[in-house]
Amino acid sequence: MDIHRDDLASKTGMWLFLFTEMLLFGGLFVVYSVYRFRNVQAFHLAADELDVFIGTVNTIILLISSCTIAMSITALQRNNKKLSLLLLSITVILGLMFLFNKYIEWGDHFREHIYPGSPVLALRGQGDVLFYGLYFFMTGLHALHIIVGLGFIGFIMIYIFRDRVTHDNFVLLENSGLYWHLVDLIWIFLFPLFYLIT
Amino acid sequence: MTIQGSKHESSYLDYKGKYKGIFAWILSTDHKRIALLYLFSILSFFVIGATLGLLMKFELIAPGKTLMNAQAYNAFFTLHGIVMIFAVVIPGLPAVFGNFLLPIQLGAKDVAFPRLNLFSWYLYVTGVTLVVISQFAGQGPPDTGWTFYAPYSFRTAGNMLPAVFGAFVLGFSSILTGLNFLVTIHRMRAPGMTWLKMPLFPWTLYATGWIQLLATPIIGITLLMIVAERTIHIGFFDPTLGGDPLLYQHLFWTYSHPAVYIMILPAMGAISEIVTTFSHKSIFGYRFMVASALLIAFVGYFVWGHHMFTSGMSGTALYTFSLLTFLVAIPSAIKVFNWVSTMHQGSIDLQTPFYWAVAFIFVFMIGGFSGLILGSLAADVHLHNTHFVVAHFHFIVFGGTGFAFFGAMHYWYPKITGKMYDAKWANIGLLMFFTGFITLYGPMFILGVEGMPRRYFDYDEVFHAGNIISTMGSWILYSGGLIIIINLFSSLKSGAKAPADPWGGKTLEWTIPSPPTIENFDETPVITNGPYNYK
Amino acid sequence: MENEKPHIIPYRTFLLVLATLITLTLISVSVTQIYLGTLTVFIALLIAAIKSSFVLQIFMHLKFENKMLKFMAIAVILIICLVIFITLLDYLYR
Repeated sequence: MDIHRDDLASKTGMWLFLFTEMLLFGGLFVVYSVYRFRNVQAFHLAADELDVFIGTVNTIILLISSCTIAMSITALQRNNKKLSLLLLSITVILGLMFLFNKYIEWGDHFREHIYPGSPVLALRGQGDVLFYGLYFFMTGLHALHIIVGLGFIGFIMIYIFRDRVTHDNFVLLENSGLYWHLVDLIWIFLFPLFYLIT
Repeated sequence: MTIQGSKHESSYLDYKGKYKGIFAWILSTDHKRIALLYLFSILSFFVIGATLGLLMKFELIAPGKTLMNAQAYNAFFTLHGIVMIFAVVIPGLPAVFGNFLLPIQLGAKDVAFPRLNLFSWYLYVTGVTLVVISQFAGQGPPDTGWTFYAPYSFRTAGNMLPAVFGAFVLGFSSILTGLNFLVTIHRMRAPGMTWLKMPLFPWTLYATGWIQLLATPIIGITLLMIVAERTIHIGFFDPTLGGDPLLYQHLFWTYSHPAVYIMILPAMGAISEIVTTFSHKSIFGYRFMVASALLIAFVGYFVWGHHMFTSGMSGTALYTFSLLTFLVAIPSAIKVFNWVSTMHQGSIDLQTPFYWAVAFIFVFMIGGFSGLILGSLAADVHLHNTHFVVAHFHFIVFGGTGFAFFGAMHYWYPKITGKMYDAKWANIGLLMFFTGFITLYGPMFILGVEGMPRRYFDYDEVFHAGNIISTMGSWILYSGGLIIIINLFSSLKSGAKAPADPWGGKTLEWTIPSPPTIENFDETPVITNGPYNYK
Repeated sequence: MENEKPHIIPYRTFLLVLATLITLTLISVSVTQIYLGTLTVFIALLIAAIKSSFVLQIFMHLKFENKMLKFMAIAVILIICLVIFITLLDYLYR
């Protein structure tokens, strides 16, 4: 039996998986739209409490990481294995920086007793409960996807190091890039919806 | 027609690979073996779900408590729904016949991602295990109905988390199967098989794959939100925290309505194959059949609100959903017309699969018409949550997908097993099944119009007569089902050896031995004709 | 089996796109600091859509992929928007 490799099938499969992720978060955007519409003022005021500076920094971190992972593909295609691995390492570091920032942000909220189910939050009113419920759920689910993405990139780095992914067999690297870009895309929408609509 | 595959090469059933015994099956990535793994699991859960239904009907044979109290009845109809919908009918035709036939009908050796295919089955097994666990662990089985409506689903003491997680995992299995089939159809058609030379069963699997891919994640996230409500009181659907229970219904039905098209589209594809073969005539209106399948999938995505007409939605939403519901009936009607037109002036061969197809068309039409009645806003105000709805969805889902499943089972039995089933017992079973089916569900239309609610373990004396008839129907149906299944099993041993093409079919599966070899084809076929090349 | 030469995007292109994305981000932050009422949401989402377009087309290579893939991506985005729109038909008119 001949070893048949179909890179387009592999890539198409990854795109289809990305569509499921878009629909997964899409459901949450439905919830956000509905509750924002019903609690315009409360959402405005709650969004004001979020730190726009950290949010902006995190947005830029993810954008840069998308750039570095895209460049890592070019590097590998040009047979520059070292540069590719370097760019991927930078991507991972940026991802970890994002997670660290999120940890700080959430920590600040927890210290003020703002978390789902908190009595302090309940006292502030229904709009706040919904805003923060959505905030923690959506950024939490997003952070989970970052962790998965970092794992994915880690695996690919090992494969590249061991020459299982090379300049003429790089669809797995492309696919991990696609996943990482999706994570970036979701944040591109989360950022204005939670931090900028004040 | 040349039959490929020498007599010397063993079939996929006997193939000796890397593993031995049961591991040769549960570790196999061969699409045909995976199809049988699914068949075994799905048939088992069908019997479990049917037995639950039988017991529910026995409870309803008389007013008052017959077998069980109200709480038990609630747990029964919850489990019946979860098992039948998530473990039987949604995986149903795609997982069994899609897995077995799709690569062969396309001229391929396997699906695009065989290991992912096996993983999908593992997810299925994990999901159903979680559902089973929910019955026995913790504070008692779930009692919310398979619809898990908020706020009850996060307030009830029943064992929601394993059930909800089970449904989530089953959904993931469905998504990956859809993804696999979509890539297979895009990339692995044999040379010369353009899109419009593909048979209709793969076309319906294609439309279904898109629904599996794009609708299932919505229930995935909704179930996660229920988990968040139950565990950390997030407030999305809790009115005391500002949430709207109706939003849960929107999200739930945004998946669960397209889900019924996951159920029915492959069934329609199988019926197209059966009608064509036993009419010995090419399908009438092939392009319309393709277009209608795609339209059903697309329009079906936007009608979910018809499950919520009495829930408190706005007037605008009400008439938008009613209008779209009427529109989505049109492509289905086109299919019925085309099946009948195919039979017209065809050379009909009266075999068991054809009887199932005719029965399908009959009950599907009744189910479909009752759906139009329910889709009319004013009528639905009276009929919502009555037995009319129960009759509607059993006619269209059980009559639809269920009958098509049995039809497909008999149609492809020779190919899958290499044996012929006993036609006499198959037909006796079918007749009993059909009689029982009409007796069981027919009266429910009348009971519903008269006002008998659903999901109640008790009812007013005025509904007694209809319920007696209905319950007796369940006994006839169940017995017929047993005859059918036992016949299929016993024919494995005593059936005649099946030729490669017992029915005179024209699609690729009939050009290879019964049962097929592990790689399906000796050489990749080259396609020059359309799929139904009858002279 | 595809045996074409792979399409390689130069580093420069990626860096230019990154610069554009960062600029758009900073614009969206400053614009939303001004009070524009209901227009604020619209502008913020518009800029987000433009940024997404760059990520999809260049970073994710969609601009250079086959028509099928492009059509699928657009269709999926359309379906998500339609679901949100139809759901809001309930809430907007209650």
